Amino acid sequence: MSEFNINRRAFLTGTALVTGGLVLGVFPAQRAGAMPNARAGSFQANAWLQITPADEVIFQLDKTEMGQGVLTALPTILAEELEIDPRRIVVELASVNKAFQDPIQMTGGSSSVSARWDILRTTGAQAREMLVAAAAARWAVKPDQCRADDGRIVRLGTDESFSYGDLANDAAKLPVPKHPALKDPSEFKYIGKSLRRFDAPEKSDGTAVFGIDVDVPGAAVALLIRNPHFGGSLQGFDAAAARSAPGVIDIFEVNGAVAVVADTYWHATKAARAVNVTWDKGPLGSLDSEGIRAAWVELAKQDGRTIRDEGDVKTAIKSAANVHDAVYELPYLAHATMEPQNTTASFRDGACEIWSPNQGPDVAQALAADALGIARDKVTVHTTLMGGGFGRRGIPDFVAEAALVSRQVNRPVKLIWSREDDMRHDFYRPATYNVMQAALNDQGQVQSWSHKIVAPSMFRSLLPVLGKVAPEWMPHWLTRSLSAAAGSIVKTRDPTSHEGAVDQPYSIPNIDVAHVFYDPGVPLGFWRSVGHSQNAFVVESFIDELAHKANEDPYQFRRRLLAGHARHLAVLDLAAEKANWGTPKLGTHQGIAVHESFGSVVAEVVEVRIVDNVIKVERVVCAADCGLVVNPDQVHAQVESAVIFGLTAALRGKITIREGAVEQSNFHDYPLLRMNEIPVVEVHVVPSTNSPTGIGEPGTPPIAPAVANAVFAATGARLRSLPLNLTI
Amino acid sequence: MIEFLLNGANVRVDVEDDTPLLWVLRDNLKLTGTKFGCGIGQCGACTVHIAGAAVRSCQTPVGSVQAQAVTTIEGIGAQGLNPVQQAWIEANVPQCGYCQSGQIMAASALLAQTPHPSDDEITAAMDGNLCRCGCYNRIRAAIHRAAELNDAASNVAVRPFDPKELLAGNLS
Repeated sequence: MSEFNINRRAFLTGTALVTGGLVLGVFPAQRAGAMPNARAGSFQANAWLQITPADEVIFQLDKTEMGQGVLTALPTILAEELEIDPRRIVVELASVNKAFQDPIQMTGGSSSVSARWDILRTTGAQAREMLVAAAAARWAVKPDQCRADDGRIVRLGTDESFSYGDLANDAAKLPVPKHPALKDPSEFKYIGKSLRRFDAPEKSDGTAVFGIDVDVPGAAVALLIRNPHFGGSLQGFDAAAARSAPGVIDIFEVNGAVAVVADTYWHATKAARAVNVTWDKGPLGSLDSEGIRAAWVELAKQDGRTIRDEGDVKTAIKSAANVHDAVYELPYLAHATMEPQNTTASFRDGACEIWSPNQGPDVAQALAADALGIARDKVTVHTTLMGGGFGRRGIPDFVAEAALVSRQVNRPVKLIWSREDDMRHDFYRPATYNVMQAALNDQGQVQSWSHKIVAPSMFRSLLPVLGKVAPEWMPHWLTRSLSAAAGSIVKTRDPTSHEGAVDQPYSIPNIDVAHVFYDPGVPLGFWRSVGHSQNAFVVESFIDELAHKANEDPYQFRRRLLAGHARHLAVLDLAAEKANWGTPKLGTHQGIAVHESFGSVVAEVVEVRIVDNVIKVERVVCAADCGLVVNPDQVHAQVESAVIFGLTAALRGKITIREGAVEQSNFHDYPLLRMNEIPVVEVHVVPSTNSPTGIGEPGTPPIAPAVANAVFAATGARLRSLPLNLTI
Repeated sequence: MIEFLLNGANVRVDVEDDTPLLWVLRDNLKLTGTKFGCGIGQCGACTVHIAGAAVRSCQTPVGSVQAQAVTTIEGIGAQGLNPVQQAWIEANVPQCGYCQSGQIMAASALLAQTPHPSDDEITAAMDGNLCRCGCYNRIRAAIHRAAELNDAASNVAVRPFDPKELLAGNLS
């Protein structure tokens, strides 16, 4: 971990520093603050890019790499305009820096490429123009006599050239061009090409360093024995026998759990088994999944808060030839990242150093600072590679735990969650209950659409965390009162509950979407595609029901109600064409779904085969419009991954509650799809010159409804609960 | 004291016999390429070779590998990337990458036994290894590709592995 050598220096706009380098100015996205990982004497265009006199081109990767490919895509964008082979760029995983906060330094919402597209192109182009100007000055020629070419500035008509490193000091003294010339996409050399992932070699030979692999000298290993009951407390524990177990360093209470610290994970695990703990079940001790469902049914009788109201649904229902009703239920889901949560912390002399696989370095910093009662600038966060994220690591609660344990034992500590901890102490995808109603006229045409969502509010659930990460300049009383105010707002207007439902695109004359708030208290978090993952299942299944009620082909029915939605139509048509919609392979049945999320639209056609009431998904054909594509192969990879992630949930995923605790504990009772259950996944991308939009998540929402719709086509059974199951 | 052959070198560790091989590798020997995923043999992230066979190191007490030959992800490419790793890179298999050490160990054990596996043989050998990023189809493609690369490299990488031969004279 020796590369984590942070050399901070004061940021002074346009002022020469003693080291001979120059910091050039505040980039639009950059507010203030120290330059991250600055090398002495380097030409540092902004927080992302520096070029050293030794000809190193160093990029700070501020978006965290959890598998989605930013470590490859973002340097590619920068390199394109800088005119250098992206594989020559040294990528460093960025620490916390204000320049990277928009408004917090979070990786999520499928936004990394779209949020960095303009910034990194402009950065590369600015640096290129400054290097050209520096070379032109040396040769005493006009800049148009010089050209950037793969890491060198070449003088036209000669064989003279300078490396970027040769020019770094001169370039650093020049003004930053405000509006550098950007390439036309037809000139792209790297964008649009499928460069191999830069991290593939280290992830194929075992040398990639994930959080759990961090080796800080002298570090002990800790695990926590946690109360399985949400909100419960620790009544007491007896560790007398455990203390004398091999390798044990200390056993103590932290945050209502029992920390077992030892020299190795195995010693900590064995000692933990010998600790007798008495738990109080707490306020949710009588909560179970059946009770949650009973509450849903009762609460669904309320009107709820209207969040979309078009036309006059009541009148449409009264005058309908037929009214179609349906109820959809979705369970809690765990993230189950392959790498269990972990963090290494070293607390010493009132400051704390953190090495952590996390999606929000400044969130991690704030949570550690809050737990330790120290200023945030006393907490240094080194973000590592992550063995999956999917939203889980955006709430890095484990960082605070590691920091507290390190302080208690006065030495560096690597805290590792067991798989059981990970499964039972997640921030879960919410469980929801959805009451649907549609009015049909005597030709079977849809006259009204009603969707009532009984669901919690994720933002409200997360307010205690969000309050801790509020900007430092905000006084605490204001943070608290804002949290309270926001609490009442998000109770009824939380996009994570409504997204994908309130904005469903179908042209229906009367539409009513309402939200009945119900939060039984199970911790909630962002799960790949968030509200879209729930609401697309409901919307795209129910629209399919209505297509069948109208005796219309589900694909053509969608086309008709999506007139004017060019992107939806384009992906629907492409998926239908590539999948030979209407002529499935012998013995299989097709289902279709389309959904917009994170700025992208994805349509999926699946082929299922039903064997002894078991649903076998054999083929998934996807069509995506995600704007301009930086790396086609990685866009395909993300859609493939999003489909399998969503299919796992559709066919297997279910977290259930008993006595206020999660019943599942490991992969035997929260199974993931394995190779023998995986369909062929084909991905087709609609060509586009629009700016890039999200792709890490948008492949997930359509898969569950597409499968459910295919199951209906195959069996006539309409499955309205996840996971999909024909045997109950 | 347990002694075994690790990636061709003799190692000696002073740990309790019931310590899972996984944690001896990771905590005692600092070989972190082998991953902890579930601790109950359900996910395959901890897959290593013992006497050439793919096993779950989280379910293998270190006492049981006394005088055995253990190979980890760090050992299979000791002379540069082996064809399986090369195929993984060519097929852009890894996303988060956390499970890939285990996948590669399972795949290379398969290829050593079955140089040209069918799709069904691949599934049978690989469906103990979970991949949360869902890279299964690329894993399958990479195994077929590795088979080709193995052919191209003639019999260097597919030479049958005999732990007795490696152990001879190495352990006292």
